[in-house]
Amino acid sequence: MSTLTFNLKQPPQHAINCSNLTPNQLSGKTTSQIAATLITYGNATVSTSELFEISGIDASHITFKNATPALDYIGANMASGTITVEGDAGAYLGFGMKNGEIHCHGSTQAFAACNMVNGVVRIDGNTGDFLGAGSEGLRKGMRGGTVIVKGNAGDRVGDQMRRGLILIEGNAGDYCGSRMIAGTIGVLGDLGTYTAFNMHRGTLLLKKLPQLHATIQDCGSHTLPFLSLLFKSLAKYDTQFSKFNTQRVQRYVGDAAYKGNGEVLILNA
Amino acid sequence: MLLNGIQIDDTFAEAFNMRGTRVIITAQNHKWAYNAANAMTGFATSVIGCGVEAGIERELSTEETPDGRPGVSILMFAMGSKVLMQQLETRMGQCILTCPTAAAFAGIDSEDKISLGKHLRYFGDGFQTSKLIDGRRYWRIPVMDGEFLTEETTGMVRAIGGGNFLILATSQPAALAAAEVAIEAMKQVPNVIMPFPGGVVRSGSKVGSKYKTMFASTNDAFCPTLKGATNTELSSEIESVMEIVIDGLTFEDIALSMKVGIEAICKLGESSDVKRISAGNYGGKLGPHLFKLHDILNGSQS
Repeated sequence: MSTLTFNLKQPPQHAINCSNLTPNQLSGKTTSQIAATLITYGNATVSTSELFEISGIDASHITFKNATPALDYIGANMASGTITVEGDAGAYLGFGMKNGEIHCHGSTQAFAACNMVNGVVRIDGNTGDFLGAGSEGLRKGMRGGTVIVKGNAGDRVGDQMRRGLILIEGNAGDYCGSRMIAGTIGVLGDLGTYTAFNMHRGTLLLKKLPQLHATIQDCGSHTLPFLSLLFKSLAKYDTQFSKFNTQRVQRYVGDAAYKGNGEVLILNA
Repeated sequence: MLLNGIQIDDTFAEAFNMRGTRVIITAQNHKWAYNAANAMTGFATSVIGCGVEAGIERELSTEETPDGRPGVSILMFAMGSKVLMQQLETRMGQCILTCPTAAAFAGIDSEDKISLGKHLRYFGDGFQTSKLIDGRRYWRIPVMDGEFLTEETTGMVRAIGGGNFLILATSQPAALAAAEVAIEAMKQVPNVIMPFPGGVVRSGSKVGSKYKTMFASTNDAFCPTLKGATNTELSSEIESVMEIVIDGLTFEDIALSMKVGIEAICKLGESSDVKRISAGNYGGKLGPHLFKLHDILNGSQS
């Protein structure tokens, strides 16, 4: 069966909420039912076929073509299958995602992998602020799953993150790992200020030592055996992180201002 | 049945149901992996007095362990899940947590999980941290040599304990030498352990005793010094009997291990001074699994 493809007819004037266009929402539907699926466009509700040219029938693999940053909530709450985004995605990519895989070939706006529970999100370009954070009012961010960003991420990566893995091969902005509850964030590039601000627990795995504020304290150089398990587990993903095989790190712990037990590990590769 | 001049009795070993688990211990090198594993499997010869029966199953290379360090795998068996859990936790805490560079991992998958580091983590006094890697939870407990890494749980499976055979020889050295040859061969079989010292037990027991407080006592029918005093199983030339007890994950594993062990002894031939191979059974009083020696050696397990 051919991949179910949504091809944007023309650049949209308003944001489009794509949360109804997921494998679990569309499986078992006929082409005409899919075309008639209602989606939010700005403040209007329109049928999918008004905005997209639709081809293919296999809803377990969905492709968005000519995608633009106006496409919000791609793969929201999806529980199975794969979504490929050819182009850029809007905000809330993989929002509350339960399982499956999303691959965005371009960049995304803010709140990618927000409230994510499980599955894999790959972003080949850059992503905005609040990657893997919680949505407004929620006290927990991402609760599981894996996010791999090839480019850069904005501020507040993993804000209130509860569990899971975020790997950023580029740079991350300010307040990386802020209020983080648990989980692992890896960054190969540079970081902004106030890394690990109010961090409770969890691990920031960094290649370069960022400027750390006074309540993140140095614990010295160590050999940590769990790193071999972690790097081994990354072998299945196409990421620079799987190339590490060191267990030597400089360990910083904090945020002491929060009586935090989080750690910032600087890899001695 | 005669195998290379050694008589194989038409009898059976009687075994019972147990609960079993496997733990993988790794360390900086095999020396320290063995130090940890030997401590953990120490005083674990028989459930009668030790709670569990445990032993080292085999050595693991760096490619076979989860963290890429040298290791050994341990099998541990108990009569019930509660005892197994208790013993595993105690032994983890006193033998693995304490051993320099040692780490512990689950060695078997099962729906039933028992705690490996789940409760041990509180030793970290709030500084312990967990990592969920590939769906498995690990605990990192800060200790004086660095960090103790342990998986949260390991699997618990239904297993069988008490498979055995007896080596009857004309002298004590001959019986022991044959037992040693059998043990070396049986160590190559996966999924089994021989929990007694060096794999061999010289004080086989029978169920019951003349004393009310004892529920097991010496197997007088196989004691050579009692040949004239009791209803003996021994002929006049037998001067020493050694027993090898096997615990394993399945009936087939134990049967294979018995076959390998008995065949290794029989290969030694008559010059070994081994006269007979028999097995310990207690007339159905002990357990539901019967390992018939002739069937096992003929390859038709029943």
